[in-house]
Amino acid sequence: MMAERLAVPKTFKLYIGGKFPRTKSGRTIRVAHRDERIIAHVGRASRDDLAAAVAAARGAQGAWANATAYLRGQIMYRMAEMLDGKHEEFTSLLASTVPGGIRRARKEVGAAVDRLVCFAGWTDKFSHVLAGCNPVAGPYDNVTVPEAVGVTAVIAPDEEPLLALVSLIAPPLCVGNTIVALGSGAHPLATCVFGEVCATSDVPPGVVNLLTGMRSELIPHIAHHRDIDAIHAANLPKSQRQVLRAGAAENIKRVTVHKLAADAWYDDNACHNPWLIEPFVEMKTTWRPVGA
Amino acid sequence: MPITAVDSVMVEAEAAAFAKRSVKGEAATQGMRMALSMLDLTTLEGKDSPQKVRALCRKAVQPCGAMPDLPHVAAVCVYPAFVALAKRELDGTGVRVASVATAFPSGQYPLSVRLADVRAVVDAGADEVDMVINRGAFLAGDRETVSDEIRRVKETCAGAHLKVILETGELETYENIRRASDLAIEAGADFIKTSTGKIKPAATMPVVLVMLHAIRDHYLRTGCMIGMKPAGGISTAGAALSYLVMVKETLGDAWLTPDCFRFGASSLANDLLRQLARQATGSDTAKYDFSEA
Repeated sequence: MMAERLAVPKTFKLYIGGKFPRTKSGRTIRVAHRDERIIAHVGRASRDDLAAAVAAARGAQGAWANATAYLRGQIMYRMAEMLDGKHEEFTSLLASTVPGGIRRARKEVGAAVDRLVCFAGWTDKFSHVLAGCNPVAGPYDNVTVPEAVGVTAVIAPDEEPLLALVSLIAPPLCVGNTIVALGSGAHPLATCVFGEVCATSDVPPGVVNLLTGMRSELIPHIAHHRDIDAIHAANLPKSQRQVLRAGAAENIKRVTVHKLAADAWYDDNACHNPWLIEPFVEMKTTWRPVGA
Repeated sequence: MPITAVDSVMVEAEAAAFAKRSVKGEAATQGMRMALSMLDLTTLEGKDSPQKVRALCRKAVQPCGAMPDLPHVAAVCVYPAFVALAKRELDGTGVRVASVATAFPSGQYPLSVRLADVRAVVDAGADEVDMVINRGAFLAGDRETVSDEIRRVKETCAGAHLKVILETGELETYENIRRASDLAIEAGADFIKTSTGKIKPAATMPVVLVMLHAIRDHYLRTGCMIGMKPAGGISTAGAALSYLVMVKETLGDAWLTPDCFRFGASSLANDLLRQLARQATGSDTAKYDFSEA
């Protein structure tokens, strides 16, 4: 007879620069099952962890933006594959803390996979939609092309913690931005395991960085960090939106805050839209003389 | 000269302990300001240009326009060709001009050429000369030659301060580093310096600790204070603070001045400024907030 194996519970950590570090402060948050059992501890990121994540994202940004659209698409598709491969794990983690049970969780994971596939496809197409050949009154070719703005901070809501996180990451990521994402505070487990998806999908270190922690604690630091170029968030209360906008004014960050009901995240027509990409590009216009 | 054995396990454990000290708040601010005032702001690249040296000199005098109350750095460190320019730019500012010499970084030129190199930078007005030792001779066991050459360079320096670069990354063992330190001090070094910055590993905490022990023992024997300059590989404010803790606890407060301790670094300045700005304004900074030179 074989003895029953001991369970191997995961130690959830942050995901920064392609590694899984513990928080610098050593703080954690307890995660309770819906039946109120404590099932895990996750890192509670501080300002220092955020700074490390931004530094990693900044370091990776040039190479990610300069990678071919084809390669970015391949990598994002690979993320979708790896996420799909972990379907069962994500489903049970989500179901353990999010109301709605297994059936809801399975639907959420499937939608998250689809969202990644969708934006993997947009990597080599968005520029055809957003770029322009401008009619000018002179002997010039005048062309406008979109380029990534830089480091984008993502602040995920508590509703649909995996799907919303993926939906906020994918649009800026596909054009060459690097990401520092703060996952749902109430349901952080999916964020932690999503790091494993990134780590096994050839996502270059630093391109996606994932933090878990308290939104109220980190939002002021995200807002005032001068090396963050854009912010993508959803369903924030008014007070936090104001903090974001005030801090963002300091270095003119682009702030996009959606307000979406839980079922709206499943609306492919709304969420697979290239205009979700547009806030995270900088338009570059070039003039080239033609003719004599 | 007695040969001092080095307990490598102990040195590494002790150095690692210094790196674990937590320096925060006002103490960190004071420490970072001190580190800034001890900086030899350095550019030693083949592509250095007069423009880059000028920019470096401006930064040496006023490290950050947004924080005008910061101290100036101790010195700028350049190649011989830029000494006269740096001297002109820094005239009257209190920032000293250091130049590498003796066929830096390899030192593998005839002694006459190396001495001519030193004479040229002294004539051009360098306040400090950073020489490299003859590692080939040292590792071959020919300490007399090494010692002799340092003496000849020291004579040639006239009034300029002499920093002797051991290039610890090439000396293989802690014992060698200790012996080279003792030898350089005996031969007339005003400062002993770890590295050229061209060889990895450059400055590490255990290596610097071994050199600090040599300085301490010399002081206890003779009452004469030799300076220390770790160079290369120190790029963060946190690392700089660890070094300051190590100097304070190994040699004492008397060494915590730019006359006795220097950091040779190019990217450390910006990290110090980043952290000081972060403490002053509460905002984390972007790379473009500080000039690159």
